[in-house]
This record gives sequence, C-alpha cells and structure tokens, in this order.
Amino acid sequence: MKSVLPVLTVVAVILGIWLLAVIPMNMHLVADQAQRDGAMVQPDTPVARQEYSGLGLALRNPDLIPLTYQFQRPRLPSPQQVAGEMYDTIIGQNITSRRSLVYHGWVTLAPTLLGFVIGTGLGILLAVGIVYSRVMDRSVMPWAIVSQTIPILALAPMVIVVLGSMGVQGLFPKSLIAAYLSFFPVVVGMVKGLRSPSAMQLDLLRTYHASGGQGFWALRLPASAPYLFASFKIGISASLVGTIVAELPTGARAGFGARMLVGDQYGQPLVSWAALFAAALTAAALVGIFSALERVTLRRMGMAAA
Amino acid sequence: MTVISAKNLDLTFQTNDGPVHALKGVSLDIEKGDFVSFIGPSGCGKTTFLRVMADLEQPTGGEITVNGVSPEAARRARAYGYVFQAAGLYPWRTIGGNIRLPLEIMGVPKAEQAERVKRVLELVELSGFENKFPWQLSGGMQQRASIARALSFDADLLLMDEPFGALDEIIRDTLNEQLLHLWERTGKTIAFVTHSIPEAVYLSTKIVVMSPRPGRITDVIESTLPRERPLDIRESAEFLAIAHRVREGLRAGHLDE
Repeated sequence: MKSVLPVLTVVAVILGIWLLAVIPMNMHLVADQAQRDGAMVQPDTPVARQEYSGLGLALRNPDLIPLTYQFQRPRLPSPQQVAGEMYDTIIGQNITSRRSLVYHGWVTLAPTLLGFVIGTGLGILLAVGIVYSRVMDRSVMPWAIVSQTIPILALAPMVIVVLGSMGVQGLFPKSLIAAYLSFFPVVVGMVKGLRSPSAMQLDLLRTYHASGGQGFWALRLPASAPYLFASFKIGISASLVGTIVAELPTGARAGFGARMLVGDQYGQPLVSWAALFAAALTAAALVGIFSALERVTLRRMGMAAA
Repeated sequence: MTVISAKNLDLTFQTNDGPVHALKGVSLDIEKGDFVSFIGPSGCGKTTFLRVMADLEQPTGGEITVNGVSPEAARRARAYGYVFQAAGLYPWRTIGGNIRLPLEIMGVPKAEQAERVKRVLELVELSGFENKFPWQLSGGMQQRASIARALSFDADLLLMDEPFGALDEIIRDTLNEQLLHLWERTGKTIAFVTHSIPEAVYLSTKIVVMSPRPGRITDVIESTLPRERPLDIRESAEFLAIAHRVREGLRAGHLDE
C-alpha cells in the first residue's frame, strides 16, 4: 500500500498535462465551430488563424477555452469526456449490447486468456526441453528470439487471413497471436528459473542418487516459481496486446481493437479513447491478479521475502 | 573394517591454463568408526579427495573403494551422507521438509519418514523447529539442519566439506562439541575437510595433512587424545603438541614448493 501515494502523484501529473494540452489541441476546431455558430472570433478567417499556435489562439479568445473541453469531435478529448464515454458504455449499457464496452471487453479477454494458456503451456514445455536437451538449447532458443523480432503488426493479418481462408475464425486466430507474444517471456523466465539451482544443490541430489524426474519435481520446478510469476505478468499483458493487434487489421466488428479502429475511421475519438483506457485497465487488472497470486503462492512456499 | 581405501590416486583437471594436478599419488585407508580430518591450504585437493569418495569427481588414475566397492556403486547404494560448506536448504521447504527430501527420493514410507525426521532433529538439537522455514533459523542452526538431512537416511559414512567454515568461532566451538557427541552416539565414520588446525585436532582420531601443487598427503597423524573430549582439552599439552605437528606439516608442505 506504500505505492498508493507515488502512483496517485504520477496520475495527477499526467492528468494535469492532459488538461492543459486539451486547450491548444482543440482550439482551432473550436474557433472554426464558434464562428459558424455566429460568435466573434479573433482573427476572423480560418486561414489567418492557421498563423497562430493553439495556445496563441486561446490567449486571443479566452472566452472560447471552456468550449475546448466539451467539443464533440475533438482532436484530444478531455478527461471528463473520456470518463463520461466510459461510464456510458460500461455501466450505462446492457452488457450484451454492441454499444457496451463490457461486451467488447469480453470479446477481447476470451482470446487473451486462451492465448495466454496456450502460450504459457508452450513456453513451459519449450523451457523444459531447452534445459534438459542440449540440442534444443542450441536450436530452439535462437528461433524463439528471432520470432520476437518479427513485427506482430505485419504478421497478425497474414495469420488471420490464412486461417480465415481455411475456415478458422473467431476466437482461435486471435488466441494464436496472443500465444505468439506470450510464450516468449515464459520461455526466458522459465529457462532461467529451471537453471537457478546451484551446482551444490545439484550435487546434493546426486549424492542421493536421485533420478532426473525427482530432480525436476523436487528442485528445479519449485526453484523456478518466482521466475515464472514474473514471466506470467509480462506474458498476460503481451497476450492482451496481441489480441488487440489481431483485431485491428482484420475488419473485426467487436473487441477493444475493433472499437479503437472504428473510432478512428468514423471520427469518433471518444470511442477510441474509451476503448484504449478500458484495455489499459483490463491489463492492469490482469497483472494485478497475477501479482496477488504470486504473493499468496510464494508466501505459502515460505519464500515471502522473495 | 576398512571403509575407504585409496591407492595411488591421481586426479588431473584439464584447464585453459594447462593441467592442474588436484591429487597426485594419494593413498589412505579410513577404518570404520574413524573421525578423519583433512587439512591443508586451498588447492591442496582436500575437497577434491572428498568429492572423489562421493563419486562427484572421477579420478584420472589409481584406485579407490568405498565400503569395498567403487564410489559409484557406493553412491547408488546411498552409502554416505554429504554435508556441504553451505547448508543449501530449500527455501520453499520447512526444516522437516528439507530433512524429508532424501527420504522421499529414496522412497522411505511416510510413517517412517516422520519418525526419522524427529530422531535426527533430536540428534542435532533442533527439536521443535520442524515446521520453521530456513530463513527463520540462524546460519548455525541451518547448518545443523543440513547435517540432520545427511543423517536422516542412516548412512554409516558421513562426508563433511568444511561444514562450519562460514560460521563464527563461538558457534563453531559449540557445533564441534555437538558433532563429537553425535559421532560418539551414532558410531559413524566421518571424513571432515577443514582449514582450522584446532578444529582438526579437537575432532579427529586421524589428521591428514595435505599440501598443494600437486595435491598430496604430507603427513598422517594418529591422535593420542582420549575419545572423551571436553572443550578445555584444547589447552592441554597433548593437544598443543599435536597441533604443533600439524602446523609443522603444513609449513613443510609450503617449503617444498
């Protein structure tokens, strides 16, 4: 709980910058609209106004400043507009409605979770292979690294389109992209964790004439727990990003990614911003859940200090 | 009965800086019930010798038997308990859980596990700490727990590699005294690596002095001290005489170079 104050401070600073930025960002649009509505604006032609910065224009027309916070199609929406849109679409709508962000959130969350499970399972299996097999260590690890250098934005539409042409649609293709992003941190963390026991601890098992399997279950696996949780937290957020990216270029009609794209394409920035914040809150909640699981598990394992 | 018999043992490590003769022509017999200390400066091969007995290193020449068979066969038969310099307890297991580890691996039935854990915890005077986690114990207590772990499966041979090396002298004295009691009560054969002269003289029935480059035995001293040894025996003339001979042996090893 010690982190509450610092976090709130950072949030306050960001909000402050945001609130200030709204004025110059929207000033030209507001001035144009105000003039159309018959108000007196300085200077009085759009071309002349282009000579001024947003801030300069605001100083010359201070009475227009309040309007920048409630403009209908702003360049930068104000925090209260985004909050209002989120309130309206999260609480104000039936959750089965297409206008509901909860509905879109679930459309994104389901493949995120499935992809995370696939990616984590694959990551753990690969890590075990890499630690126990020299051949896999040499062959798989470089490819795992290379796989993460391919821009996911380029790869996602190909995967979706190819799978779509094969008749695979809906949840699974998105999960695949999510899994593609989330397996890597799990491989890296798990390999490090499985290799964390010291030579002395491995020697000790040797003096007991322990089998490889016994060494894995008794020593390597529990030793990797702290590393695994760190990987989970990175993996689950990567998984969410992967799903959203998979929703962007494919004409998906639902999900956070689709909402961001729709907002952009139809000039409804509030829709994009609300989806963006909802996605960020979802990621924070997922990471928070894994942090709590980590604390509980490590405490039960007697490694609370870790 | 001879527990360990080494004849002309060689062990050469190949390193980037050329071969390192960790052991050269080492011959030694350890009899059942002996408490043998290995003492010498670092690099004299005392730990390597212990690791060869435990089948953790392979000799490059000579012969060695443990309980009359090869070290590997002895290890497979779980003929010895090994205590390392660090306690190396699993942080996610309680003290009891750590001591149960070898028993679980060796397939000892559950009921017997509990009984053995209780018994060895008494031997190292840690009764009541079974459900504590390692971080809740001091360094000395952790090392005692690691000794209990090595005792739990009742091997007759105990190999100890500087088990008290990382502890301060006051705790060390207590642990040395406890170890002697334990040795007396259990009748185990103990091979003990140390670089402390008083520790070696106080504990041992036989002191093996080693010297480096190449690692070899320079002196084997049969202790004339009685088996019953209170701590203040370390001020007796007999004790000091043996300590003097050990020191001379160590110095001679150095002068050879």
